[in-house]
Amino acid sequence: MATFSIEVNDEKHEVNVDPQMPLLWVIRDVVGLTGTKYGCGIAQCGACTVHVGNTAVRSCMFPVQSVGEEKITTIEGLSKEGDHPVQEAWKEIDVPQCGYCQSGQIMAAVALLREHPDPSDEEIERTMTNICRCGTYNRIKKAIKQASTRV
Amino acid sequence: MKKSVKTLNRRDFIRVTALAGGGLVLGFNALLSCSTQADEGKVINLNAFIKIDTDGQVIIMNPNPEIGQGVKTSLPMLVAEELDVDWTDVKVEQAGLDTQQYTRQIAGGSGSIRESWDSFRLAGATARAMLIRAAAAKWAVSEEVCGTEKGAVINTQNGKHIPYGELVVSAASLEVPTDVTVKSPESFKLIGKRVANIDNQAIVTGQHKYGIDTKREGMHYATIIRAPAFGQVLQSMDDRDTKNADGITQVIQFDNKIAIIGRSTWEVFQAAKKVKAEWKDEGVLEDTTGYQEKLKLALSKSPTADAKRKDGNVKQALSGASQLVELSFDAPFLAHNTMEPMNFFAHVQQDRAELHGPIQTPERTRTRIAALLGLPEEKISIMMTRMGGGFGRRLMSDFVEEAALVSKLAGGIPVNVIWSRESDITGGFYRPMYSYRYRAGVDGQRKLVAWHHRSVGVGAAAASADSFPAGAVPHFQVDTEVYETPIPTAPWRAPTHNFIAFSEQSFIDEIAHKTKQDPVAFRLELLEQAKANPVGKVSYNPDRFAIVIKKAAEVSGWGKSKGDSVFQGFAAHFSFETYVAEVAELVKQEDGKLKLKKIYCVADCGTVVNLSGAETQLEGGIIDGIGHAMYAELTLTKGKADQTNFNNYRMIRMSEAPEVEIHFIQNGEKPTGLGEPGLPPAAPALANAVYAATGIRLTSQPFIKSGLFA
Repeated sequence: MATFSIEVNDEKHEVNVDPQMPLLWVIRDVVGLTGTKYGCGIAQCGACTVHVGNTAVRSCMFPVQSVGEEKITTIEGLSKEGDHPVQEAWKEIDVPQCGYCQSGQIMAAVALLREHPDPSDEEIERTMTNICRCGTYNRIKKAIKQASTRV
Repeated sequence: MKKSVKTLNRRDFIRVTALAGGGLVLGFNALLSCSTQADEGKVINLNAFIKIDTDGQVIIMNPNPEIGQGVKTSLPMLVAEELDVDWTDVKVEQAGLDTQQYTRQIAGGSGSIRESWDSFRLAGATARAMLIRAAAAKWAVSEEVCGTEKGAVINTQNGKHIPYGELVVSAASLEVPTDVTVKSPESFKLIGKRVANIDNQAIVTGQHKYGIDTKREGMHYATIIRAPAFGQVLQSMDDRDTKNADGITQVIQFDNKIAIIGRSTWEVFQAAKKVKAEWKDEGVLEDTTGYQEKLKLALSKSPTADAKRKDGNVKQALSGASQLVELSFDAPFLAHNTMEPMNFFAHVQQDRAELHGPIQTPERTRTRIAALLGLPEEKISIMMTRMGGGFGRRLMSDFVEEAALVSKLAGGIPVNVIWSRESDITGGFYRPMYSYRYRAGVDGQRKLVAWHHRSVGVGAAAASADSFPAGAVPHFQVDTEVYETPIPTAPWRAPTHNFIAFSEQSFIDEIAHKTKQDPVAFRLELLEQAKANPVGKVSYNPDRFAIVIKKAAEVSGWGKSKGDSVFQGFAAHFSFETYVAEVAELVKQEDGKLKLKKIYCVADCGTVVNLSGAETQLEGGIIDGIGHAMYAELTLTKGKADQTNFNNYRMIRMSEAPEVEIHFIQNGEKPTGLGEPGLPPAAPALANAVYAATGIRLTSQPFIKSGLFA
């Protein structure tokens, strides 16, 4: 066990946990923010995607000790009013079915648009590898394109 | 109730109270019993579906479990349409299990919209009638001159209006009318519109609480260790390392399992890996390759049961046919892989139990839990959370029963039992394996005269009796049987249909090609037969089926050249009262590899309730169907699942999803469900396109093993 000082969504937290505990579980079970989801635990599905600094990270395999000084942003901290252009596009295109994977999808999409403000279909497909069993992929693609005109 | 006295005057309070006690009953086709009653604060329950507070806020209850099929949006839409309120002014709340107020609180069989269409609209219309009556009394005018608009009663003679919030107290005291009629479709304002998922804001901000997100004061987390292989039993365990691990509070052995209880999910997952358990093989541990052989053997013998359907004399007709066509198909086990792994919160106390989480069948589950815990049903509460997918897995209640037992055995603590993805995939309840053999006989005029479907399924019957082309073929027989195994199987999105559509529609394509007929024309001719000269029971409407097929051919440009490298395949299937035809369009690349580009889809689900929801269900079903047909299988070696997580159980990703174009047949018929019917035709449409491109007939899944794809 060790104590880590982490900053999640502009809020500082002291957490006393196993240094190996993945950031996902620190966020969910210790900090108590449940918008970041567990899907596979092996960084395959992307349901747990958060931003560490400006980078999209699959937090289920990212030990809390690797966070260092970087600030963490989760879906809850993406915007104050839930009106980030990507969130807005998700609502307008009506992307979610069950909705479980969507916070990870949104966090991945925000990071993609930071890198490629006007992404091609190929860039979207190459970057957006998160799994959605409901099959919302086409609407996700459409929402990313719509958001790209506004970020 | 308690606070309502502050906001209602004494007279109203007494009226409402009396009604609450009296329990007025609305006779919705003997389907629903609804009582008008006062709720917390100033909120009035007009009936089990509608609460209106005195400020005019309208709350519509969604009684059915939401698994991503959209009922939490579309069912309240039915009520709102008739109540005549602006959708943007409506709040929707999820109801828990309440068999006094609701019936059919289940997510399954694509049945929620189909079964609720009349009763939910009637609930809205009845409440509206009561609000009108209250306004008419207030104005001392006839109800005839009153109309409604956007949450208010309007006096059509003088334009005066009273918002519902000001009428709800007096409306709730009225006798519930029984002669209410619902709107005619021409006057729908909401039904048929594009309405976004009601929980979108909560979902895109991470605020929505799924079952796995449940947290309570004093709650523990738990996970379960199960036998590594089906057919093994727990002999002994050494939990010394586990018990002393950080964050672990208890290790409990029960049934054939071990529960690890602690303060965080990760800690219980980690500790579960450290338990040293001895498992003993009980009987023979089976392999899926062995099943394949056993299924083949079963098919080579005479059926052990009576035919599921028998029209005419298939044996004779086959021997007299001028051409025989034959194909065999094999289906692998599939895991459900809901993105939210199995989990449930349970707090079992001496005299009551609280259960909270993702379950498609709360009523049946409560009955099971009552028996398991020895508690009366009324002492058990079940709240259904929005589910991170269901697909049939959450029709089962094993994970709820486990959670209840763990809570009880751990001393009545509140506990959220969470499965790891590995447990979720290897823990069973698979789509059954099937083996099918089809034989068809065609006469000298290229007419299909005989059809024999012989099938066997691991753990479940494998065939439906009345699926098309049943009814269109004079000699038609279905024989099916079950091969019993210890492997738990379960319904999986579009049960039976998910594979029978693939095999039937591939076989129909095969017959058409072998007899040099156009696959679309061949299907239409069969439907003509079923209409003009039906044989036995015909479960589908041949006209509606034909319209869907023709429209799909039209919108996809069927039969027209799209260039040398573009190939199409056709499939159509009727399931859960919905007709769906799909055309798959693929491209043969320069290297000869195939890449699926697009699926055209035409559906007849009667009246479309929510256009956005309807489209997304079909599109999702298609992508799901393509994904599983292309990539998925669950194999077992010595009773143990070979696939354990998404690194070796392949799920479709965005780059592999085809474009989807959707059309609806607008015929004003009663609406049917869409959660499942989009899926079954997707795989055969693709397989038939593969045949068109290569002459190779895909008869087993996953297709990726064929080596034909890019």
